[in-house]
Amino acid sequence: MVKKHLIQQVSMFTENRPGRLAAFAQAMEQAGIDIYAFSIAEADGFGVIRALVSDPAVACDRLTALGFMVKMTDVIAVRMKDRPGGLREVAEVLGRADINIDYSYAYSSKHGAVLILRVDKAEDAVKSLKESGVPLLESAEVH
Amino acid sequence: MPREELRSLQFKSMKTLVYKLYSFSEFYRRRMRAAKVHPDDVQCLEDVRKLPFMVKSDLRENYPDKLFVTPRDEVVRFHASSGTTGKSTVVGYTQHDLDGWTTSLARALTSCGLGRADTIQVSYGYGLFTGGLGLHYGAERIGAAVLPASVGNTERQIELMMDMQVTAIACTPSYLLHMGEVAQKMGVNFLRDTKLRRAILGAEPWSERMRNRIEEDLGIKAYDIYGTSELSGPLFTECDEQKGIHIWGDLALVEILDPDTHEPVSPGERGELVVTMLQKEALPIIRYKVGDITTLDEEVCACGRTHPRIGRIQGRVDDMLIIRGINVFPSQVEYALMSIPEVGSHFMIEVDRKGELDDMLVRVELRREFFSDRIDDLMRIKKKVTHTLRAALNVSVDVELANPDSLPRFEGKAKRVIDRRRI
Repeated sequence: MVKKHLIQQVSMFTENRPGRLAAFAQAMEQAGIDIYAFSIAEADGFGVIRALVSDPAVACDRLTALGFMVKMTDVIAVRMKDRPGGLREVAEVLGRADINIDYSYAYSSKHGAVLILRVDKAEDAVKSLKESGVPLLESAEVH
Repeated sequence: MPREELRSLQFKSMKTLVYKLYSFSEFYRRRMRAAKVHPDDVQCLEDVRKLPFMVKSDLRENYPDKLFVTPRDEVVRFHASSGTTGKSTVVGYTQHDLDGWTTSLARALTSCGLGRADTIQVSYGYGLFTGGLGLHYGAERIGAAVLPASVGNTERQIELMMDMQVTAIACTPSYLLHMGEVAQKMGVNFLRDTKLRRAILGAEPWSERMRNRIEEDLGIKAYDIYGTSELSGPLFTECDEQKGIHIWGDLALVEILDPDTHEPVSPGERGELVVTMLQKEALPIIRYKVGDITTLDEEVCACGRTHPRIGRIQGRVDDMLIIRGINVFPSQVEYALMSIPEVGSHFMIEVDRKGELDDMLVRVELRREFFSDRIDDLMRIKKKVTHTLRAALNVSVDVELANPDSLPRFEGKAKRVIDRRRI
């Protein structure tokens, strides 16, 4: 079962002007949606807000209705072992499987430290990581 | 007519015109004196450059008929412009003027391949606007049957087009597209259910892309037409080659000038269209700055005609920006953006001065289906837009990606430029 480990992340395009994150957060608040984790990637003149939220489908609808450009992206959530070498292990597994990491961010959840990975071949990544015994969160555990 | 003969004819007409106006028009005499030019100074065709310009405001300030040089009883027709950018202007015609106008259009329609066997639906407005009546008389002159449909009541227009076996239509490109949509709702297929094969389209800016769309959707050939009420009305069209609009040299002398220096641009280069009407009587027009930006092609056309051709109207002088010494038109930006599927066709241009340098920012809307949460993908799109614009404008610009539907939409005349430079 690979699919249950694919976690839906909400990605939102933002123009580079003040108040964009506030607009996102306000939209989530008004829809009663919890934001568990987020990261902001910025480039020359624009950015992308990426977030794990309690109800990604509702979040997307809400943000789209407000005129934002959003999409859902499958990411993987790795439960990190709290010891040296934890990250190396994950990175090595993916490297051996020829899977490229597009970006990653981490947050602290009730399950401890969680590493979010966006990779080019998500399903392959899940398989490889599971085969190597790397603990992954299921979608139901996150949302 | 060989080009040299045409030029010699143009010179004679111009010389006569200048002498006549110097003698009979208070306005032109004052203008010419102010420019320190006398009719005797006009010694060759190029000397047209010594003559003063006329602009739209000359007509407005002399409203309604103070620029007319013929006695009122020789005037047989008036038309008036709608005054979209200011007060309305009135133009007047003698019988000779109407004949010249009709001759010009008759030649133009013939060059599009129209003739006695055709039924031409004139769906330009009849009335004060020059489009309807101009095309009407031109079409009659070539022996075609005219269906004076004017504008509006689109369903009836489509029924008549089918019933009367209309072979050509003259209207605005947007109206023809609208007719296409209405026809579809009526279950009418232009190609299958009508005899329509040609369209003479103008009176508003349109693009090659729009032509392709119309020609493909409706299965017809679409020809560009040009003219303004000051020049008489619609006057010139493309020939069957569809490679530029033939300006009949015996009727009009065209110059394409740099909008700043007023020097002629190099052949084929974009510039401001300046027209001298060589045969007009009631309201003579000398070096009229229409305000349209286009190109000039003096090569003999593949159709064999020696009359020079102007390209598609690419913008208005009022819209022109000068960025680091380069003339930039919003229409160029629009055209360039149309070739990039990742972004929409709406845009805003913001111009600032950073230090001593002009800084031009083009804001474009990213299309939803191309949004990616990977910065690399977005940067690639941004770079593509930047490079495409740089190639099209010959000036480097900054590009900003914006949310879809976030940039202003304009009804009527678009104001896509914010120029914050303080010079």
